[in-house]
Amino acid sequence: MTARKYLILLAVAVFAACGDVCLARGMRDFGAVTAANWRWLLTALANAWVIGGIVLLILFFCTYLTALSWADLTYVLPATALSYILMAALGKIFLHENVTRAHWLGIALVTIGVGVVASGPSHTTPAHATTQGPNLHREVVLKTGTESQP
Amino acid sequence: MSSTYAWAGIAAIVVTATAGDILQARAMKQLGDLGAIRRSQSLTQVVRRVASSAPFLLGLLFMALAFFSLLVTLSWGEVSVVGPASASLTFIANAIAARIFLKEQVTRRRWLAACFVAGGVALLAR
Repeated sequence: MTARKYLILLAVAVFAACGDVCLARGMRDFGAVTAANWRWLLTALANAWVIGGIVLLILFFCTYLTALSWADLTYVLPATALSYILMAALGKIFLHENVTRAHWLGIALVTIGVGVVASGPSHTTPAHATTQGPNLHREVVLKTGTESQP
Repeated sequence: MSSTYAWAGIAAIVVTATAGDILQARAMKQLGDLGAIRRSQSLTQVVRRVASSAPFLLGLLFMALAFFSLLVTLSWGEVSVVGPASASLTFIANAIAARIFLKEQVTRRRWLAACFVAGGVALLAR
């Protein structure tokens, strides 16, 4: 794992959290959507916070797909769970939401989970093994060839 | 609405969300490292390659189904149950499905991480 890949994982978490918080902030301007006033959802699309949230969530999706192209799903999902912690923090700061003791316990559990998975390998699938396999074999052959020369 | 409906809805969310994640992961694995592809191809070509992948499109369909399942289930059960239960169970279901369908080696470390995150998300989503 390079520093660039860790940055992409961090970007996945940041874009997801900021996107959700922007959407939540935007939807506060409209109140509860019911069957009677569902057309408000269309006017919500013109709200700056909602537009910002959608742009951030598109960026989240792009970085998430990029991360999945070089890391396992069972690595990417827990490693990017930092977004839940960021969401709680941003919700408290910008939306003045109440962060309870259960939330703090949840934050502690997610942090432990992220730490546990991030310190392990990011890729374990056979596809990765087969792309490495021939290269490793080639290295062994080259090494053996060099050593066998007088 | 009875809790049986709510739990059936939660099961539908978990199954469709997991199917979406697995299909997206499979699509990206088939395409390979997008960063490496981007170095030799233009951004438009990369987007076209991703958008023309069958598992990717099927994954999008399942993600949309998961979203609508969530909307319907929220009308059947309480958000304090539906939110945490579906989010945390999806983490566990993803670990099982990734082992079966993507042949990922879900080591003890990854199980531990998935369980910690699932527990944490369940508490945070309340």
